[in-house]
Amino acid sequence: MIRLSSWFYNLSIVIVLLAASVAVSTVVMHNDDGGGIGVNLGLDLQGGSYLLLEVDMDAVVQERMDNLAETVRVGMRNNRIGISNLSVSSDQLSFNVREQVAFVEAREILNGLISPEMVVMTSDNAMLSVQFDEAGLARLTTLTVGQAIEIVRARVDETGTKEPVIQRQGRNRILLQLPGVDNPEQVKSLLGKTAKLGFQLVDISATAESVKASGRVPPGSELLPSRDNPDQHYLLNKRVLVSGEMLEDARPSFDGQSNEPVVSFTLNSTGAERFGRVTGQNIGRPFAIVLDDEVVSAPVIRGQIFANGQISGGFSVEETNELSLLLRSGALPAPLLVVEERSVGPGLGSDSIKAGQVASIVGLSGVAIFMISSYGMIGLLAVFAVFINMLLLYGQLSILGATLTLPGIAGIVLTIGMAVDANIIIFERIKEELRAGRKLSTAFKTGFNQATGTIIDANLTTLAAALFLYFLGSGPIKGFSVTISVGVISSMFSTIVVMRVLLALWINTIKPSSILIPKSAAGDK
Amino acid sequence: MALFRFIPADFTIAFMNGRGLASMFSALLIAGSILFWLLVGLNTGIDFRGGFVIEVKTLQGKTDVEALREELGDLQLGDISLQEFGSDREVLIRVQSQDEGLATDLSDANKQAIKLVQDQIADRYEIRRTEFVGAVVGDELKQNAIYAVIAALGSIMIYIWFRFEWPFAVSAILALAHDIITTIGLFSLTGIEFNLATVAALLTIAGYSINDTVVIFDRIRENLKKYKSWDNDKIINVSLNQTISRTLMTSITTLIALSAIYFFGGAVLGGFALAMIWGVLIGTYSSIYVASSILSRFDLRPSDDDDMLPTHERNDSTP
Repeated sequence: MIRLSSWFYNLSIVIVLLAASVAVSTVVMHNDDGGGIGVNLGLDLQGGSYLLLEVDMDAVVQERMDNLAETVRVGMRNNRIGISNLSVSSDQLSFNVREQVAFVEAREILNGLISPEMVVMTSDNAMLSVQFDEAGLARLTTLTVGQAIEIVRARVDETGTKEPVIQRQGRNRILLQLPGVDNPEQVKSLLGKTAKLGFQLVDISATAESVKASGRVPPGSELLPSRDNPDQHYLLNKRVLVSGEMLEDARPSFDGQSNEPVVSFTLNSTGAERFGRVTGQNIGRPFAIVLDDEVVSAPVIRGQIFANGQISGGFSVEETNELSLLLRSGALPAPLLVVEERSVGPGLGSDSIKAGQVASIVGLSGVAIFMISSYGMIGLLAVFAVFINMLLLYGQLSILGATLTLPGIAGIVLTIGMAVDANIIIFERIKEELRAGRKLSTAFKTGFNQATGTIIDANLTTLAAALFLYFLGSGPIKGFSVTISVGVISSMFSTIVVMRVLLALWINTIKPSSILIPKSAAGDK
Repeated sequence: MALFRFIPADFTIAFMNGRGLASMFSALLIAGSILFWLLVGLNTGIDFRGGFVIEVKTLQGKTDVEALREELGDLQLGDISLQEFGSDREVLIRVQSQDEGLATDLSDANKQAIKLVQDQIADRYEIRRTEFVGAVVGDELKQNAIYAVIAALGSIMIYIWFRFEWPFAVSAILALAHDIITTIGLFSLTGIEFNLATVAALLTIAGYSINDTVVIFDRIRENLKKYKSWDNDKIINVSLNQTISRTLMTSITTLIALSAIYFFGGAVLGGFALAMIWGVLIGTYSSIYVASSILSRFDLRPSDDDDMLPTHERNDSTP
């Protein structure tokens, strides 16, 4: 008779029942609505797209520096300080102060113009330069990525994608998972545009053609290409009078007279006030609508306009739909680059699910047949322990809300193969003890005790390898890491605890005369 | 009760007699692997190299890979490789990243190239999967993979060091290196794609192989305490014989599971399963012949005043 303390029985029964009920209930619940706890299917199984976007911080820094150059030019002129060679090279702005005596004053003024993330450097008492300091750039990056995530979420939500995952990854990346979207072209095109809108007055002091010919853009103005025709340019005042942030709403509609597709917009109160002032003062002058550094159109102001206006520019209906969506969601603070993309169609996904199911069933039955034919009755017990292990595994994955991927299924199948190992270690150990002439109950006890240390040692090393896989990157491999780690833990439990109970129950109730080896050790009853 | 027994109960093989032959075999295997690795290199997938992959399936009938290769070659996208994938209706198209090295993002050139390929075959094929990895991300993934392998091996090493005396740790780690190097050699020799899944397989092999070694070493340590007068070879031989049935049984059940993945788990898992199958075979061999035969060359019974064995190890020895 083998005695196990009653708490040992109770504990194992409670845990197994708990796991079984979680596993069963999630299977049932999942068929209903998929909400709540449960195992989610990875994108490689249900089909969908995985996009890794990089926020182009270089572009942000460049833009900040360009803006600063304009501020510095105006600021120095207002203080009557002569400067030369004002230039911006990727992440740095620099200029020379003409007169030595004005240098200290120029530095003071510059310090007042820059934002707190920037630092001023001097050289030779003649040149001043500005760039972002490291901490400042890190702050700017965090802020920019945070804003970008909000805009990405708004735009993705507008496309009606169900349950998208949008999260920050590393320093300046955004991870985007779109279940069910197997062709992410529409989303990519939406995210490929920053959609920065601005209204700027056309500079009428010179023509675009003459500026293009001479190559000298008047200070305070800029030359921008037309959206329809990249060869045609407009000369605009740099100052953005009304910008996209002042939009309250934008909708696709049609022009009342020409019936052309247009985007109608409504400005907020600040925007409306400004728009009214500017249009009132500049009747008869062309007013350019600029989107992402391209001039959409430059209609002549015919009368004062306040909150409501429309943008026309030879759009198609699809373009007005997209543009109004982009304007509603707001401008991205920086361009986004797609640095990694993986998309799986629904056909491959369902094939993979089938393949995973077949592999699991074949693997499980193959191992079961082998175990039963090698160990007979206790082989059957081991298979039962593996079955319980599967319940525990599934229960744990459900509680963790883990994502099941194809490599994850491979991890489960592999767990089936490796989980019987612990049982084998115990069986072989008991067999040895019996062969050494010990009674069955003693053999059972020492066998388990001796084997437990070995099992823990062996499994902890496997666990170490599996855990590091998690940091390897991409989603499917993470799924493998999760299932194999959880599998190792639950197989340790199902062998050391559950198998002990099963084996004790079996020996106590059946009272086998010879179980593990045919000849000897039949002395125990 | 059992239908058949694979391993007789009184199995006695003088494993250590084959030590010399095994050392030569392993040395050759390692030298060959390193040679292949250096000369031929690995067929790295887009995970590490950047570029894109499109998996397609014919709408009906078999594919003609040769015709498709010529057709796509005309698009002038540089290095394109095609491969039947899983069945004769599926093809995997791999295209190098466009813009040679500059393509850190899904640039216009890459976008156009993907579209070009898709448009070219859209009337006959269903697009099942598209993957794009930029050059920068590829480099990062490569770096992560290297870090993950080093960290995993390091933590295994520390654990073994902590649980066993140093001769055991050194032998186990050398056996582990043996398994990993020869697996990389296999990939170099066969030209099977080396990607993230392969690295996952490498780490799992490491876990499996060390598991096997630990079980044997546990027994060797136990027998060292039990039979104080025996020499190393005798101890190791007896320990190997005591554990061999477990070693083989576990290898067989794991191989059964892996074969199920290899044959039924779909083409995506093919390379992974193959690496694992090799790893289980080589891991089983190396636990016996690499780890144990290296261990046999150490002095495993340091004199009493030597503090190599922690005191608790000496006290709890079984009678």
